Amino acid sequence: MGRYVARRLLQMIPVFIGSTLLVFSMMYALPGDPVRALAGEQAVDPVQIAAMKKELGLDLPLWHQYLNYLTGLFQGDFGTQIATQRPVAEEIARAFPITIRLALFAFVFTTVVGIAMGVFAGLKADMLRDRTLLLITLLLISVPSFVLGFLAQVFFAHQLGWVDPNVSPEAAWDELVLPAVVLGSLSLAYVARLTRTSVAENLRADYMRTAVAKGLPRRRIIGVHLLRNSMIPVVTFLGTDIGTLMGGAVVTEGIFNVQGVGNAVFQALRHREGSTVVGIVTLIVIVYLVASLLVDLLYAVLDPRIRYA
Amino acid sequence: MPEALEATTKDATAPESVPAAPPAEKDARARSLWSDAWHDLRRNPLFLVSAVLIVVLLAMAVAPWLFTSADPRHADLAKHYLQKPNWSHFFAEDWFGYDIQGRSIYARVIYGARASIAVAVGVTALVTILGTLVGMLAGYFGGLLDTILSRITDVFFGVPFILGAMVVLTSFEERKLWVVILSLAFLGWTQIARVARGSVITIKQADYVVAAKALGASTSRILLRHILPNAMAPVIVVATIALGGYISAEATLSFLGIGLAEPTVSWGVDISSGQEQLRNAAFVLIIPSVMVSITVLAFIMLGDAVRNALDPKLR
Repeated sequence: MGRYVARRLLQMIPVFIGSTLLVFSMMYALPGDPVRALAGEQAVDPVQIAAMKKELGLDLPLWHQYLNYLTGLFQGDFGTQIATQRPVAEEIARAFPITIRLALFAFVFTTVVGIAMGVFAGLKADMLRDRTLLLITLLLISVPSFVLGFLAQVFFAHQLGWVDPNVSPEAAWDELVLPAVVLGSLSLAYVARLTRTSVAENLRADYMRTAVAKGLPRRRIIGVHLLRNSMIPVVTFLGTDIGTLMGGAVVTEGIFNVQGVGNAVFQALRHREGSTVVGIVTLIVIVYLVASLLVDLLYAVLDPRIRYA
Repeated sequence: MPEALEATTKDATAPESVPAAPPAEKDARARSLWSDAWHDLRRNPLFLVSAVLIVVLLAMAVAPWLFTSADPRHADLAKHYLQKPNWSHFFAEDWFGYDIQGRSIYARVIYGARASIAVAVGVTALVTILGTLVGMLAGYFGGLLDTILSRITDVFFGVPFILGAMVVLTSFEERKLWVVILSLAFLGWTQIARVARGSVITIKQADYVVAAKALGASTSRILLRHILPNAMAPVIVVATIALGGYISAEATLSFLGIGLAEPTVSWGVDISSGQEQLRNAAFVLIIPSVMVSITVLAFIMLGDAVRNALDPKLR
């Protein structure tokens, strides 16, 4: 087990370096540069720009800039924003908790409601409630999440007046309910469908028949035997889902004006602040990598036949 | 990949050369995987509905003038500013009302199909080719090549799709159709690569591959004639469903202001411009959104139907 985790952590290193390099070189390729953006419309002496670029290390070739960035990163330095002179870490510390809160909220909603819906439908496959679930999830999958967001906003904020259409900069928990539901709706549909299929399939398994024949109470048969065995494909999906939710939050944040990571990336892209974009995307990639490692470890908990040597 | 496994074992048990079988006799076991699937699909209402929808949508993309005589770029602000839809005027210019510039929404929705579908089809085609190639090489040769290709796949898979697309697309001043297609394909090929790799790994142990090797077939022949056709089933299913996803992605990126832009007519562009009048004229946003949703729905239903037809476990 320990060796397995160590090997997986080692495997993360090239993926981590690869994805930072990928995003870094994409930012490098962007036309326009942050120093010129600083000056705005004013004419600036090209000598001055060149001097400033040299000072910031922006005149170096790509590999050298990247190396500088990585060195800083390993010392816990995410770099400095050029326009505001604030450390990028500060921006990350401000924006990340909000997006994490939003994504976590959406994740809990997805997991709890999705699995409940899936079990409910899967126990009676091909009955009316199963058909209804398939229809609802199909609709959720086909309506793009930003359209769903707009509809929710028109209905709950403008028509009913239950919530404020815009989330305040503090982004309190209760304000995030609607954005989280919208963000989680697509994953909800997938979780519900996966659970449904898995439950319906496992109902016919031999161990289910044995459990029933042994005279175990129904609660235990479904809650322990069936559910535990049906969770493997769902857990696989949920593991990759945390990263997806954090990435997808960009769209939801745009609609509800949440001041999270999506907003920060948007602003940073506009001002060509490479280090901010790279820092944020890197963190999301790390969240994704750690989540998928946790999922693989969870397999062994769910199914004792799976062992990691 | 359990689906891959099912699909291939099915094919392996259906030998292509059963010479004694008389053609008149309908023996279910003698049919190949694909003709068997087609046999099932023709009877599936889900498939028929989605196929009809897709044919209509493709017709819209190829020949929009068949559906409307109105010009999607003709704006008459004085006469039609945000005019409400006239639901009883089927297929007429004012059926879906007019947008803020006084352009017929019906015409725009019809003409918008081309850009949206072109993006989705283009991306799906590129992603399928690239993903299959990477997945096949990694799965078949294994070893170091597999390790390298799989790690590269991980790198691209880890970067969130919309976020990555935002970064790539900002670097283009003018976002033409092919720019959007290439950018999305650049980030999107990993899913297919993973599916293809899994599928190839199960297939390369099949008896017919071993037999081909024993007969001295060249590697390229084994890959192209034996592995590729048999590994394609799960790839096609994933690609069909992904196509719906790319329609949605194009709309999302245009909504964020970094996908296609005016003067291109696309559903995403119209949804994006519709959000400003969300409170007083929601139909401007809702009508193209419904078109996006219907298209995504059609491709997902098609993918589901094909998957069910190819998966013998469900019979």
